[in-house]
Amino acid sequence: MSNRIVELEILRYNPETDEEPKFQTFSVPCAEDWVVLDAINYIKDELDRTLSYRWSCHMAVCGSCGMMINGEPMLSCKSFLRDLPDRIRVEPLTNFPIERDLVVVMDDFMDKLDSVKPFLIPREEKTVDEGEFLQTPAQLSKFKQYTLCINCTLCYAACPQYAHNEGFVGPAALALAHRYNLDSRDVGRSARADVVASNAGIWECSFVGACSEVCPHGVDPAAAIQQTKIASSVDYFRDMLIPGRRS
Amino acid sequence: MNIIKTDVLIIGAGGAGLRAAIAIAELDPSIQVALISKVYPMRSHTVAAEGGAAGVAREDDSFENHFNDTVTGGDWMSDQDAVEFFVHEAPKELTQMEHWGCPWSRKPDGHIAVRPFGGMKVERTWYAADKTGFHMLHTLFQTSLKFPSIQRFDEYYSTDLIVVDGCCRGATAIEMRSGQMHTFSARAVIIATGGAGRIFPFTTNGAIKTGDGMAMAYRAGVALKDMEFIQYHPTGLPGTGILITEGSRGEGGLLVNKDGYRYLQDYDLGPPDPSPRNKAMELGPRDRLSQAFWHEQKKGRTIKTPHGDVVHLDLRHLGEKKINERLPMVRELATAYVGVDPVYEPIPVRPVIHYTMGGIDTDINAATSIDGLFAAGECACVSINGANRLGSNSLTEILVFGARAGQSAVQILAADSPQVDEAAIHEQANAAKARIADLFLASGGGETVSGLRREMNDTMESGAGIYRTDASLRESSAVIKDIRRRFADIELQDKSNVYNTDLIQVLELGAMIDVAQALIISALERKESRGSHQRLDFTERDDKSYLRHSLASFVKGGDPEISYRDVTITRSQPGERVYGGGEQK
Repeated sequence: MSNRIVELEILRYNPETDEEPKFQTFSVPCAEDWVVLDAINYIKDELDRTLSYRWSCHMAVCGSCGMMINGEPMLSCKSFLRDLPDRIRVEPLTNFPIERDLVVVMDDFMDKLDSVKPFLIPREEKTVDEGEFLQTPAQLSKFKQYTLCINCTLCYAACPQYAHNEGFVGPAALALAHRYNLDSRDVGRSARADVVASNAGIWECSFVGACSEVCPHGVDPAAAIQQTKIASSVDYFRDMLIPGRRS
Repeated sequence: MNIIKTDVLIIGAGGAGLRAAIAIAELDPSIQVALISKVYPMRSHTVAAEGGAAGVAREDDSFENHFNDTVTGGDWMSDQDAVEFFVHEAPKELTQMEHWGCPWSRKPDGHIAVRPFGGMKVERTWYAADKTGFHMLHTLFQTSLKFPSIQRFDEYYSTDLIVVDGCCRGATAIEMRSGQMHTFSARAVIIATGGAGRIFPFTTNGAIKTGDGMAMAYRAGVALKDMEFIQYHPTGLPGTGILITEGSRGEGGLLVNKDGYRYLQDYDLGPPDPSPRNKAMELGPRDRLSQAFWHEQKKGRTIKTPHGDVVHLDLRHLGEKKINERLPMVRELATAYVGVDPVYEPIPVRPVIHYTMGGIDTDINAATSIDGLFAAGECACVSINGANRLGSNSLTEILVFGARAGQSAVQILAADSPQVDEAAIHEQANAAKARIADLFLASGGGETVSGLRREMNDTMESGAGIYRTDASLRESSAVIKDIRRRFADIELQDKSNVYNTDLIQVLELGAMIDVAQALIISALERKESRGSHQRLDFTERDDKSYLRHSLASFVKGGDPEISYRDVTITRSQPGERVYGGGEQK
């Protein structure tokens, strides 16, 4: 272990005892290859067992450990201390209610994920004995990027529209709807349109693109939303031009 | 106390738990399912599986091949009736995942692609790049949202099973958000809580893999089976233990020692073809590869690093295009966590605790010895994996036996009377609640979770690692006993109700101590070497005495009692495990 001492200012809040959140600073002796999560685990194990936060995989795939690190939404397991100054401010993800310390309330996000019908609505019914639906690598590559979302919600913390209007369906859920809409096996686009193409859906997005910048897996929700806007506009004009198309 | 009534309670919402829930919802939407987990479903550790899921897919493959590879790979400890069932169900379950939208990698003609994997004679590992577990978990979770009969209870930590007159009738669980204890009253319970890799210090397993479900069943009277068999994956990143998938060797990756020599040829795994043939060299089984590392280290042919010795996994010859297409996560992980871009440099790797072959004793129907209690996935031991699991069988296992557990639960509901003894349920729930309340009251003991956990981790590695002896296991057994005694003196620093992770970690540590003790005593009593269980003092396999599953039964305040049950052999008599060139006829 190196001698580098990192000061972590962590926002603490216990709803049973605290009127409002306040910062507490910990001095942590850190190894050079540590991530912020390692330093937080050190605090938990050695300095203060009352600190609450979520984590599991430590390899940037379970999506549990999103936090604001020096003001930026990041996965704490992928935020290397070597890239950060000796004083690091750690807060719960912004735009979410704090449940306790670094743990935020996930209900709204879970509801939104559910609301876009994020499951395959197949073109045809097929039994397992009839084998798989064919899908070429080219068809797969059309939506593959949008399957990579780990639901870490960093994009909700970054999104100025979600900050402003919590009714906004938001980047990850809209990107997931787009993932299924683009899937050659799926015909659920109209079933998802109620939520996706509503005023709380794609049209609420002002295309700042902050969601795509903070995404740890390059999902690019902003592109998904813009592509959905185009597809939705095409639908709209087609419906106007072809009477009776939409019953 | 708050009572939540349901028909089937599922504890654990990873791959196996979700698959069970969907199976029930599809069979009968009127059956209520309560799906509880200590984390949100998409955080479950299924998410971290990388390489793929095995199921016969090619014309030149057969169920018999998959059966033989699995039984041989498991060093004949697998129950062959279960393996038979498993290999037949495997392609159906994987196709079902495709129908639910799982983005499997494809061949140019649109059919599913398969890749080679260790110990598999023919390519049969379905994959979604190198994020297969991630895609399977999210596909299952998203599909589960279709079914209104599945009611989720996210971030509920389950503490105790409720067993009345020999029937499992539910469980108690702490709602982490409020700290409130709830009683789930159910007519069938399925445990799907995954493995227990966290009993060891260096593991690919996420922080949540603490064996909670295994310990719950064990304390309720179900034996833990074959616990001495724990798998070291040969290729983890030093320091963090992050998994580098076997798929990287399936795609042609090579393992070399400090001299750049492909050392596996010295361990009956050759010949060193430039690109290894199936079941040879880098495509040998995990137990053999991890053991080979241990010997290389003894010979001084490994590479020293601050995080322990390593060998090199070389992917450079695959080229950037193939690495990006087939192994994008390996590239991301190696670059981020050890600063090595595998396109240009070999990746440092060392063996790392990965998978518990043992677990809750279940039969081919996922049923346990307690009526109405089922288990599936890594927490269970059917056993298809025997003494050494083949890579890519476990992702398939969670589907096949998750579904099976769901079907079995539905069957028992039809046969069972809906009458339950509510007073008895209350009594047990109150006892569980009192146990938690006592933890809040304890003071002055001075022991901490982190201190005891570290001691447990260290003794597991030193005494029950890749190679074991009577002395090393006895030493670990004594240490664990001491830790168990001191566990009673643990004092909660956090006495609050809301999201109290100090409390949860104490409960997890309690589970881990139970599981660790079962593992050590089972290993001590198995005086032979087989698969992943290698004894320096009993170096040979001994079919005469030990072609039997070990069953560790919980004894309050003492060592578990170990008994044995014969392995089910149907058509493959124990023989020599031959890999490398010797396998070719």
